[in-house]
Amino acid sequence: MIRVVRRRLAVAVPVLFATSIGMFLLGAASPIDPAMQYAGAAAFSMSEENLQQIRDNWGVDDPLPVQYLRWLGNLVQGDLGWSTSRHQAVTEVIADRAGWTLLLIGITLAVVLTGSLLAGTLAAHRRGGLFDRGVRAAAYAVESMPVFWLALGAIAVFALALGWFPAGGLTGVRATSTSFPDVAHHLVLPVTVLAISQAPWFVLFVRDAVAESLREDHVLAARARGLAGRTVLFGHALRTALLPFLTLVGTHLPELVGGSVLVETVFSLPGLGAVSVQAALGGDFPLLAAITLVTTAVVLTANLLTDLAYTAADPRVRIDG
Amino acid sequence: MAETAVTTTTPGRAGLFRRPRFRAGTPVAALVLGVAVGAALLVPMIAPLDQSAVALGRAALPPSLPHPGGTDDLGRDVLHRSIYGLRVSLLVGVVAALAATVIGGVVGSLAGLLGGWVDRVLMRVVDTISALPHLLLGIFIVAMLRPGLGAVILSIGLTHWLSTARIVRSELLSLRTRPFIDAAIAGGAGRTRVLTRHLLPHVLPKIALATTLMIPHAVWHETSLSFLGLGLPPHLASLGNMINDGQRSLLTGAWWASIVPGAVIVVVTLAIAALAARGRDHLDPRVRAELNL
Repeated sequence: MIRVVRRRLAVAVPVLFATSIGMFLLGAASPIDPAMQYAGAAAFSMSEENLQQIRDNWGVDDPLPVQYLRWLGNLVQGDLGWSTSRHQAVTEVIADRAGWTLLLIGITLAVVLTGSLLAGTLAAHRRGGLFDRGVRAAAYAVESMPVFWLALGAIAVFALALGWFPAGGLTGVRATSTSFPDVAHHLVLPVTVLAISQAPWFVLFVRDAVAESLREDHVLAARARGLAGRTVLFGHALRTALLPFLTLVGTHLPELVGGSVLVETVFSLPGLGAVSVQAALGGDFPLLAAITLVTTAVVLTANLLTDLAYTAADPRVRIDG
Repeated sequence: MAETAVTTTTPGRAGLFRRPRFRAGTPVAALVLGVAVGAALLVPMIAPLDQSAVALGRAALPPSLPHPGGTDDLGRDVLHRSIYGLRVSLLVGVVAALAATVIGGVVGSLAGLLGGWVDRVLMRVVDTISALPHLLLGIFIVAMLRPGLGAVILSIGLTHWLSTARIVRSELLSLRTRPFIDAAIAGGAGRTRVLTRHLLPHVLPKIALATTLMIPHAVWHETSLSFLGLGLPPHLASLGNMINDGQRSLLTGAWWASIVPGAVIVVVTLAIAALAARGRDHLDPRVRAELNL
């Protein structure tokens, strides 16, 4: 197991490095002047000496390798830099916001997994039946709908026309603090939209995997022993299909992150998504680079953990590197 | 005897050999795509759009005969602008898909042809990069290059080449072991000849299919970026920009301003996906056709 971790890290760490170099070069090639960014509107009234002073302080005019190493050294020490779009330390921004994004993604993942395991298994139970065809048609249809469009449609129907749920935000307008029922009420629409938009891939995968495992001998044997259909379906077929499915969930996380950026923006949730967009609009390199790298590291770790869980759960599986 | 009894009574078994009945009608898909592309190409000639024209007198009109898609909060015809938006999106989509194909094709060929440690390293890199959230990466690229047409295309190209690289590599790896390649080499064909006359003709259809399937992805990426305000310039009629603009009108009840351009994306995506699925059926009958988005 330790060997697996070491081998994985041997690839992941260089790639993270390469990504950070690529990002840094892009940032360096960017036409945005960080000093002007930092000063904001004051840059227009500021003298060139003052701007130069800021540039000197930040070492913007140093050779690129020097700048890169300084940036990387700070990153490793936990200093992610100063966000020019939010005028706040990047670490603070991420600490303030990451929780809400994790909450959104976490709840969505739980909903998607439960829903898709149920729907996919039932669809596989009678392949080609009415439910199966219905699920597949719905999955293909949803898969071609941009998540932000789905979100706007949901707002139009459930927030504006029916008035069941709020159209955005995390708390009521008059609320002075966050209370659980209020937040839950506000999260219903975003979670549902994100879950539905992510569901097709999961449902179709579960359906195919369960249909496949229904053919396997031990499932057939279970049926031959006269076990109830439900026991065979969920206790044997689904259980066989479950493990490979769980590892693939890890590979789907990047999609989920992208979806959450869009959903957060539509529903104006105070997560990392909205901040990334704001940072992108303001050309805020430190914040954007930090968010991208941190997310990547989290996703890579999650992938590694699911793989390790897989090897622990299924002794037949050995992961090479 | 017992064998046949099992196969006929097990629902899982019976269902497996039945071909999936759900078929996206190929002719319908072709027609829809034809109409959409035709409109995107011809409408600008017949009815050119003034991108900056506003008519506040007829703002936020619901869909009607003169304005089938309604008008937005600045009185601009939503359907007319959607067609223009589709034109831009398809243009970006095709160019970016080609860019992604070139990058993916080169990496995949290197891995598939050279094999060995080059293959192992390249594929590990591909695996690891696919663990990056590509929308965030795309946002980063666009933000650093300043939003615009070129930045959007580059952002798509740099984040979408992984699947093509995998396809090209696995195709080349499986081709390399086929007897006809050995025969060609035994017959005295040089590297270049094997590559251009024997390998390339087999890989090209797969690449073409991958590129086609990439177009909806690219359109989506562009639309997402534009929707976030990070894509094409905001005054330009693009589907993402329109959906973004439509957000304002949504709160006043004018749902069509954002729903209509989105519906255009959905319809075109479905049509391309259905056609590509049929194309895959045709290329590789062993693989059951699935819309793979």
